[in-house]
This record gives sequence, structure tokens and C-alpha cells, in this order.
Amino acid sequence: MEDVIRSIFKSESNPGLRALILVVLSIALMVMDKRMASFTSIRAAMTLPAAPLQYAVNFPTRLMDTISQVVSSHHKLVTENAKLKSEQLLMYGRLQRFTAIEAENDYLKSLLQSSRKVKGKTLIAELLAIATEPFIHQVTLDKGKRDGVYDGQPVLDATGVMGQVIEAGPTTSRVLLINDSRSGIAVQNARSGIRAVAAGANYSDRLSLMYVPKTADVQIGDLFLTSGMGDHYQEGYPVGKVISVTKDPSHQFSEIRLRPCAHLDTSRQVLLIWYQKHA
Amino acid sequence: MRNFIPVLITLIVAMCLSLLPMPEWTGWARPAWVLMVLTYWAMVMPDQVNVGVAWLAGLFLDVLTGTMIGEHALALTVAIYFVYRFHRRIHMYPMPQQVFSVLIFVLIYQSILYGVQGAVGKLPQSQLYWLSSLTTVLLWPWMSVLMRDYCRWMRVDLAK
Repeated sequence: MEDVIRSIFKSESNPGLRALILVVLSIALMVMDKRMASFTSIRAAMTLPAAPLQYAVNFPTRLMDTISQVVSSHHKLVTENAKLKSEQLLMYGRLQRFTAIEAENDYLKSLLQSSRKVKGKTLIAELLAIATEPFIHQVTLDKGKRDGVYDGQPVLDATGVMGQVIEAGPTTSRVLLINDSRSGIAVQNARSGIRAVAAGANYSDRLSLMYVPKTADVQIGDLFLTSGMGDHYQEGYPVGKVISVTKDPSHQFSEIRLRPCAHLDTSRQVLLIWYQKHA
Repeated sequence: MRNFIPVLITLIVAMCLSLLPMPEWTGWARPAWVLMVLTYWAMVMPDQVNVGVAWLAGLFLDVLTGTMIGEHALALTVAIYFVYRFHRRIHMYPMPQQVFSVLIFVLIYQSILYGVQGAVGKLPQSQLYWLSSLTTVLLWPWMSVLMRDYCRWMRVDLAK
């Protein structure tokens, strides 16, 4: 075994043989990464040395942000402040109503003897890096296992669901966005109550609903919320709005496209939610 | 290895460049920075930087970009192996011919990534995927001049 390892990294050995060994090793790693569930923990540990580099790459963009904040004019700050204050007042007004509604909801749920908790722990995380490969829709956050992040944790932004954590490293974590073609999320129509699974449409910033019969009541402009069926997401968070419904006679199911509610490519700050058993 | 530090610095810079956020429309045009750097080193000091270093760099790139572990490692190993095989000839070539051979190496690299993507998930539907080869090749002459100056500046010992 030692001879094999030495032959890989020593220069006098045959490079053809070395390349062959490394190619076989790469293929073995790929198969393991794809098929073995226990490999995710190894992957998560491997993100630790990658974190400094991601912070380094993030530094220039953060510097630009700081500079633009520092040089923004007094007048602009004052108007922004006034706007924020009025917005805050509005939000507080709404929040007052929500606390009453939440209390009532909790009470009703306890009457129904439902064990589901409505309120959970939350944490604000910042985007550290975005996937630069055009066929991958993932982002990296600056919170990891140290902050209690777990695999499968829902991630939201101010307007809707962004995705879920697929790889919680020690200090960073990777989030699969809902428009990735490998992502699926259980949704429910807010108007008609029809349930479906929204998957990422291939290489666009849209979602498509899977296996919805043509007779189902879905119209353009309908809002789809998380249904809480997949047990990953709490129910009732906005996922997307219907932008097109195509009923092609040659296909068994209707083709429905959603535009995600969350600003998947512009949000810098996101919200991590602890749900149910992890809370 | 005496030249460990200079090589490591270039690799880290290349990885930063491949992670750097860019405007949306340049998405497909990002050159294969790590491959370019490794190709240069494998051409000028093939006994010190070749498939072993390429594989390790590929593994790290996989972790950074979130692709499947081994995907970039495989592509870089194969591409750099070809560079190693032909490094004596490429060294003699005039620039246009050198650029052409780099195009072939990048196409090998991209084809492997394309194949792996197709095998495990979905193929990129846009033919713009191959644009990256073009930008890599267009940058190659500047890159090689820059790297030569860098070697002189860092006093890299190219002889074994």
C-alpha cells in the first residue's frame, strides 16, 4: 500500500500508471459520493479547509458594500432612515395583529391536540458564495454545525422559500436552491388546496409542478405555499406563483410553471429555521 | 519540492478566480483557470507538477464548487496527463500552434465534465457550455506571458 501511495506522488514512477490509478480513484470517489449516505459527513468535513478561500473571495464584494455605505450621502441616509421608520411602524402594526392570531391559532391547535409547534428558533445567515457552475443552483452560507445548522434545514428569505441545507459543514453550509433540477418541494395551492411537488425546471429560474392532472384547478396567478408534507418545511411559506399552465393533449399531465417568490439570485441575507424535532 | 510555495500561490489564485461572483451573462464564459495554471506548470516543470498535483487540485475544486467529489479531479487528471505526454513538443511549438493544443486539452477537460454531468444528472441544455473553451484559449497567450514573468519574479527553479 505504501508503495502505491509513494508511486502516485513521487516523480520517477511511470506517469501513465499514476494517471490510471488516480482516474480509478476519482471514479470510485464519484460513485461513493453519489451512492453512499455516510459520505456526506466526509464531504462536510472537507469543507473546513475550503472555508477560508470562500471568505477571501467574499472579501472584495463585502469591501465594495462597505465603501458604498460609507460614501453614501447624508441626504440619502436621512430619507432611507425615514422610509425604514415608517415601514417599521407598519410592520409593528401588522405584527400586533399576528401575535393575536398566532396565540389564537396555538390555542385552537392545542384544542385539536395537535403536537405541531408554530413558532421555532430562527437565525439570520449571510451568503458567502454562490455556485459559479451554470448547471448548479447552490449557495454557501456563513453558518455551520457550530451554530446548530443541520442537513435538510429550510432556508427562507424575506419573500419566500429559498431552499434547504444539503451539506452542513463545521463553519459553513451549502444550500440547494428550489430552482435546482435536483430539488423537489411539497406545495399546496393557496386558493384551491391542490397538493403537488414543485421541482426545479431544468436550467431556468423557474419551478415546474410534477404530475398534476389536467383536470386539476390551477390558474395563472395562483400562489403555491409549502404544504408541510415532506416534513422538511413548515407549512404555509410562499414558494411560487403560477406563470403558465399548458395542457398539451400529447402529455398525460399538465405542464405548470411557477416563478419563485424568493429572490433567489439577489438576496444576501437569509433566514434559517429550526423545524419540529430539531428545534 | 522547492517550488511548492509558488505553485500553491498560483493554484489558490486560480481557485479564487473560479469562485469569484460575476455578472449573470458571463456565466458560461468563465475560463477554466485551474486547468490553465496546471497546464502551464506541467509544461515548464513536468517532473514536479503533473497528474498527482492535478488530482489534488481537482479534489479541492470539487469541494469548493459543490460538484460531485472526483468530477473535476478526474477531468484535470486526464487533461494534465495529455499535457505531460506532449510537453516536449508543445514547448517547441510557436504560439498559434500552442494555442491550438491548449484548445484540445480544454476540450478534453470540458468533455469529461460534460459526460459526468450527463451521467449523473441533466446535461447543460445550452450549447454555450463550450464557450468556456474559447475564452480559455483566448486568454492563454497572456496567461503564459504572465506566468513566465511570475516565475522570474519568484525565482522559480525550472530545472529539476
